[in-house]
Amino acid sequence: MISKINLAFSQCKKENRPALLTYTVAGDNTKKKSLEILNAIAPYVDILEIGIPHNTPVADGGQIQTSAYRAIKNGIKVKDIFKIVKQFKKNNLNKPVILMGYYNTIFQLGERSFLKHCKRSDVDGLIVVDLPWPENKNFANKCKKQSINFIQLLSPTTSDIRMKNIIKDSHDMVYYISMLSTTGGRLKVSAKEILKNYNKIKKINPKQNVVIGFGITEKTISSLTKADGLVVGSALCKTISGALSRGTNPVRTAENMVKKLRSKII
Amino acid sequence: MLKLKKGVLLIDQHDKNYMYGGKFGGNFIPETLKKPIEDLTNLFGRLRYDKNFIKERDYYFKNYVGAPTPFIKLENLTKHLGGAQVYAKVVSKANGGAHKIYNAVVHALICKRAGKKYIVGDTGAGYAGKMLSMAAKKFGLKCKIFMGAKDIKRQKPNCDAMRKNGAEIVPVYSGSQTLVDAVSECMRYWVSNCDTTHMAVGSTVGPNIFIKICAWSTAQISRELIVQLKEEFGGVPKKLKLINCVGGGSSAAGFWNEFIDYNKSQVELIGVEAGGPKNSKLHAAPLTFGSKIGILHGAAQYVIQDKDGQIGETSSISAGLDYPGISPLHCFLKDTKRARYTSASDEEALQAYKLVSKLEDLSPSLEPSHAFAEAIKIAPKLSKDTIICVNSCGDAKKDRAIITKRLGFFR
Ligand SMILES: Cc1ncc(COP(=O)(O)O)c(C=O)c1O
Repeated sequence: MISKINLAFSQCKKENRPALLTYTVAGDNTKKKSLEILNAIAPYVDILEIGIPHNTPVADGGQIQTSAYRAIKNGIKVKDIFKIVKQFKKNNLNKPVILMGYYNTIFQLGERSFLKHCKRSDVDGLIVVDLPWPENKNFANKCKKQSINFIQLLSPTTSDIRMKNIIKDSHDMVYYISMLSTTGGRLKVSAKEILKNYNKIKKINPKQNVVIGFGITEKTISSLTKADGLVVGSALCKTISGALSRGTNPVRTAENMVKKLRSKII
Repeated sequence: MLKLKKGVLLIDQHDKNYMYGGKFGGNFIPETLKKPIEDLTNLFGRLRYDKNFIKERDYYFKNYVGAPTPFIKLENLTKHLGGAQVYAKVVSKANGGAHKIYNAVVHALICKRAGKKYIVGDTGAGYAGKMLSMAAKKFGLKCKIFMGAKDIKRQKPNCDAMRKNGAEIVPVYSGSQTLVDAVSECMRYWVSNCDTTHMAVGSTVGPNIFIKICAWSTAQISRELIVQLKEEFGGVPKKLKLINCVGGGSSAAGFWNEFIDYNKSQVELIGVEAGGPKNSKLHAAPLTFGSKIGILHGAAQYVIQDKDGQIGETSSISAGLDYPGISPLHCFLKDTKRARYTSASDEEALQAYKLVSKLEDLSPSLEPSHAFAEAIKIAPKLSKDTIICVNSCGDAKKDRAIITKRLGFFR
């Protein structure tokens, strides 16, 4: 069966545009609000990444940390995240959802139990920031057996041979990290440079769906529309933080931003 | 039960995934760090067997760090406790005032070999930072130190030293504003700057290569000790207890390295964690209080955490021990039952400081005061032919304000 993630990319290709992927943190700033945000932005987004907040994130910059700490402070638990996804899917049956987080969350619940919860709430894919290839082979296979996409990451430091191996072990999508940075960094390399690496990946397997993330904002997104997909995370989290600190409605603010992002890639 | 291999260095007892006993350690790292860590692993893998590198290390250990550090009998304390003979390995006499100098020097040497000009590190008590700033200055490297805002306040003398050495201190305001956050922030910085910058983790924690480099460096302590024991006793005593505080575990790993293969009935290894304030539920003693295995800073280890895997809050009067995790090496030593781990409370450490500093010409910082607390507890119950050796791995100057406030005096 074709995965919803694959379907989303095929649809975008038909429309001759990159897929828009967003990243928001589950439970930011509350369970209810984060679900409202997902519902509000979903019509303009092709794939939704939902961050599992962790309090010792080694690869996240300030903006996502702020969102994650806020969500944790407001009481989000792992089981709530599955509830949020399930609720979301009630109104958005065909929108793919990817959970993104750190391995300790999965390890504490147990891999089997974690995947069972994913299945029950209709999670489509997983990104585990600190479980790189080849250490992830075992878990990636378990995901595959459950028809859950395990999404591998590639970075500017990934060697050519490693890139080939990772792509060989990939499912329906890979994620290219645009630059040496945690999430939320300023885009410090040119779009040309990023696309050069992107093309290298595509050359290894032209059929593979490759998305680019890190440093993508309203300003930078239109320079990268050649990619199969583009992920906006920190910029969105920052916007939500801004709305919260101004006391304005984060749901509308996020929705407006995503609308604008969408307009820049079609 | 897990088993140690004889004749294999503790740091090398991992499998192909860099896991000790199949469950501790590893490299749980973002993809971006795979390459720099692989490069560093290869470089160190070569250097540690390179005669010139060893010569260079030994030269600086001798002439810059000051080797060997003294091994002394604490006559008055022994008499006072009326049991085992109590000795101290006064590692605080090393240049800079603590064992962190070994790791710092080795990292600076590696950094130079790697052709990098920038070096970054984390610090809790401020010793790791101070020593890295010293080594950086000596070897002409630009240095940045990540330190929790709470620790910057409570360990001011070491911060002054870092600044004097020309290092930049980056205050970390996230989370509990202590060591755990400093290590996270330093790793994040490295993710963004790994092409130009070398990272030195301040203890035997983090991705495997940092555990290895650190324990390999502090092993100098036990190489010296074994010679000193032979001089004093004509051999390794029949009943020897080596007591060391453990935060991340670098000091203990170095103190014990040469003794791992000895039978534990001859050489007992005792690690003392930070038990935290007496009347508080908080502590920094994951081994003593049975924390579960989790992932922290790229390695699987016993770590204070909740059911969801969020890293738990800690508390200790000693900034250097105030860390929710513990080196995978110590997790492995615990599960193989080669070492025994216990804890001392803030108050016990303070009382130990008071007793030791009054009776002896010694002023151990709050970290080794935890180890002395255990020595004071067990010595009276032990026979006169038992030798206790405490690693007095840090000098109390940095703790003057805290100790004066709590005890009303400072040595
Ligand atoms: C004097 C001293 N002892 C002990 C420690 C604890 O670290 P470790 O367990 O790595 O030796 C520190 C850490 O800063 C320290 O400064």
